[in-house]
Amino acid sequence: MMDRRSLLAVLAAGAGSRALAPLSAAADETATLPFGNGERPLVAYPGKRPLLQMTARPPQLETPFAVFDAGAITPNDAFFVRYHLADIPTEIDPQAFRVAVTGHVERPLDLSLADIKALPGQTEIVAVNQCSGNSRGFFEPRMAGGQLANGAMGCARWTGVPLRSVLDRAGVKAGAVQVSFGGLDGPVLPETPDFTKALPLDQANDGEVLLAWGMNGQDLPWLNGFPLRLVVPGYYGTYWVKHLNAVTVLDKPFEGFWMKTAYRIPDNACACTEPGKAPDKTVPIGRFNVRSFVTNLADGAQVKAGRVPLRGIAFDGGSGIKAVEISTDDGKTWNPARLGQDLGRYAFRTWTAEADLAPGPYALRVRATGNDGGTQPMEPRWNPAGYMRNVVETTRIRAA
Amino acid sequence: MPRFIALPALCLLLAASAARAAPDTYALPEPTAQFKAPPDAGHAAGFQAAQENCQTCHSADYVAMQPPRKGPAFWDAEVAKMVKVYHAPIEAEQAKAIAAYLGATY
Repeated sequence: MMDRRSLLAVLAAGAGSRALAPLSAAADETATLPFGNGERPLVAYPGKRPLLQMTARPPQLETPFAVFDAGAITPNDAFFVRYHLADIPTEIDPQAFRVAVTGHVERPLDLSLADIKALPGQTEIVAVNQCSGNSRGFFEPRMAGGQLANGAMGCARWTGVPLRSVLDRAGVKAGAVQVSFGGLDGPVLPETPDFTKALPLDQANDGEVLLAWGMNGQDLPWLNGFPLRLVVPGYYGTYWVKHLNAVTVLDKPFEGFWMKTAYRIPDNACACTEPGKAPDKTVPIGRFNVRSFVTNLADGAQVKAGRVPLRGIAFDGGSGIKAVEISTDDGKTWNPARLGQDLGRYAFRTWTAEADLAPGPYALRVRATGNDGGTQPMEPRWNPAGYMRNVVETTRIRAA
Repeated sequence: MPRFIALPALCLLLAASAARAAPDTYALPEPTAQFKAPPDAGHAAGFQAAQENCQTCHSADYVAMQPPRKGPAFWDAEVAKMVKVYHAPIEAEQAKAIAAYLGATY
């Protein structure tokens, strides 16, 4: 650690000028997200196409938004990357890899990947993973944290076994209330709270939470949790622990920093507060709210006047998308869009529509409604951590 | 919003490599971002302390991406979080200098 630190200090001290060439050959292009300090180098990590590099250490990579126009499944090489702590595994032997299942169980287990793949109930699910702080850069007033546009989300087909199969094999003892999850990644300093998350036992046992090794028919990409990660359909990515190697059954609620202090939202129906104000009471973040996006036109686009095709995606926390509506007059009037193929209630749902546009400026709005009746607010909500943004998005275009 | 141009050849190449057995090592690119020089010599010590401490745990782009011109209270809170929550071993005097440098520079 000291070696690295000294080296970095030397590098930093010597680089008042831009004398140092970037070490990554792909970093010669920059994208600019539409908020202050939104410049991001496009960097191709091994196994990834060029992505928006928010931070390098630990790596946090955002998917360029145009990727979402290519379909409901986000390719593995374009899928966003989010780590919290910089001690990331750079060497993993899949043969030696083990998951320790311990705590309030009858039979503690030490499972290899082969053991896990042989458990009953192997299944696939198409599900969206979205960062709690996706779109944080658009909050106003802005707050500290990862300054993301809308690309910290993706939808993949995950292959794994239900966590329930693992818990059944271990035998959960009476009195258990939660299950916590840890991965191979950890802090640089031993004093920094390690990244550990927890779910209620009922949810851990619901059959939908998976230990997944496959993503879109391939092994998980390294930066998305190779060789095994938790998949928690409908829930924010913070629970989808990567490089999963510890499953601990608890007989009292987990009290660690990443549950008790971080990733908490105001305890009210809108998960919001008056801008700039702290909430009275908080709860751990949970399910996604409903969102929708236009994907074929970027803000500021010029289109040919006449019939203009529109398409995009919508998703929610698992009720499934019931309807998507489009407005070309900033929300005064709405028209239904056609929904595309249904890949399951946790997946991106594609939609298409057409708009007849005379020459002039337009504010396109897109609004989705879930089967549970949930919909999107016309005005953005605010909370101190910048989580769960789901305002009805606006795409300003000009027809000519 | 940036436009991504698909490179079919690159995609084919990646698909081919992904079909092989998974690698057991990963070459993480090194960070290249540097802390910005402060606007005046009064913050030289804070600049120095930021360079020597912050990058133990994270790259300098963590600072550069934050909203611009948030002022001293914002950066005091961020540095305090690094010390109190993440247990960065930074003396109070140095923490104060770092926060002042960040507030004046970003």
